[in-house]
Amino acid sequence: MYTDKVMEIFSTPKNVGELKDANGIGNVGNASCGDIMKIFLRIENNIIQDVSFLTFGCAAAIASSSAATEIIKGMTVENALKVTNKQVVEALGGLPQQKIHCSVLVEQAIKAAIADYKTRL
Amino acid sequence: MKNANKIYFDHSATTPVDREVLKQMLPYFSDTFGNASSVHGFGRSAVSAVDAARCKVAEILDVSPKEIYFTSGGTEAANWAIKGVKLTEKRNRIMVSAIEHSAVLAAAKQVKKDGAELILLPVTSEGFVQPSSLETLINEQTALVSVMLANNEIGTIQPVKELAKIAHKAGAYFYTDAVQAVGSIVVKPRELGVDMLSLSAHKFYGPKGIGVLYIRAGTHVDKLICGGHQERTMRGGTTNVPLIVGLAAALEKAAENQQDNLGKVSKLRDYFVRGVEKNIPYVIFNGSMKNRLPQNANFSFDFIEGEALLLLLDHAGIACSTGSACSNESLEPSHVLLAMGKSSEKAHGSLRFSFGIHNTKKEIDIAVKVLAEAVAKLRSYSPLYHEFCKEVNHVHG
Repeated sequence: MYTDKVMEIFSTPKNVGELKDANGIGNVGNASCGDIMKIFLRIENNIIQDVSFLTFGCAAAIASSSAATEIIKGMTVENALKVTNKQVVEALGGLPQQKIHCSVLVEQAIKAAIADYKTRL
Repeated sequence: MKNANKIYFDHSATTPVDREVLKQMLPYFSDTFGNASSVHGFGRSAVSAVDAARCKVAEILDVSPKEIYFTSGGTEAANWAIKGVKLTEKRNRIMVSAIEHSAVLAAAKQVKKDGAELILLPVTSEGFVQPSSLETLINEQTALVSVMLANNEIGTIQPVKELAKIAHKAGAYFYTDAVQAVGSIVVKPRELGVDMLSLSAHKFYGPKGIGVLYIRAGTHVDKLICGGHQERTMRGGTTNVPLIVGLAAALEKAAENQQDNLGKVSKLRDYFVRGVEKNIPYVIFNGSMKNRLPQNANFSFDFIEGEALLLLLDHAGIACSTGSACSNESLEPSHVLLAMGKSSEKAHGSLRFSFGIHNTKKEIDIAVKVLAEAVAKLRSYSPLYHEFCKEVNHVHG
């Protein structure tokens, strides 16, 4: 069902955990749908210096979160806002149709974290 | 794929074909290959094998061979039972339990689409249909009541005997899906008092693609599959001789070893349950421990999702399942756990472990250790677990 890439990222995800000095946090999803994603950003000089995630969900949700954090690390805020779920899916070598929503959710989590950062400015 | 070092705890999904059973089946593929409908000697050899198998199955179930109909498996048998009962203007209601297998639920929904009234029977938080709730909901318009003998996800054994009596009092037929139960516990349709009962060979070390619908003599059921005159004109399709031979052989072996197997498997299951409860915090055992199939354990692991856990276990060579194997393509949480009143979150976090006669204590020791590690790993990713730990620290801090 999953690509080898999804399984590899899911088994050894990057950037897991809570970022203590985060200045932007995005929290999307709910437990009844089976997915919750929390993205932590530390943004300095408009650059995403550090990023981490916590995810409750299936393998696709965890792999999508990990892949997305790797994509946006080091990006400017503007570029991170342009990251789409398609890029996440590509980084995973594809997702089954019924799991595409995981990549959409992580895109929303990034946008929510940046919005949170902006409210703190 | 080699299975060495792999651990299989998914016997409710399917079991390996017993090698002696396979041996008995093999001659009927290429040697005694005749069509059981043919008049010549090739056909007669096939017929006598099928007759013998039918008699063996009937003897074990303690019913007449004329009440045994071979089908392509449990799903066909369930569809036949549900769709075969004639509905009339006066009897247009069918009642099925909320925790039936998807084969029954989907067939019932189709009958509803064709105009029947469909009532879902609720279950208790322990996973049982209460006779009193059937008594309340049944009426003279009810044509059929369907309650499984044992649930495939949580293994609860339903009070079918009592339920069948209530159905009959209202003049309705009673069907029980016994796919999970047969081979595991003693099942006698007449003692249960049911009109129809289905079973499937691959759940008890027989081949896939073969099942039985028992139809009590005198029960008015239409055929599902039209065709030739096979199965006393009730089920068209060339008689599947090797699989029928395999089903009977597997059922015979299961019946002979029933007590030993039940004792062995339930001991393994109980050992596993103790291991999990001792080594993993925030775990809920789903369903009653009483009146439960000996092979079944079902847990919800708080703060994490079942599929992710299943894949980590699979990665470590341990096979189990989330809910039923049949619902894996869907994203919906287990309808069984939801019917028991569990939250979606808990239903999402559930795993079923089903043990078999070849499992060992050593495998369980390994599995408990791997499971504890996998649960801890996924919890370390989970925002729900992090929040929970903060709250606990706050309270105790």
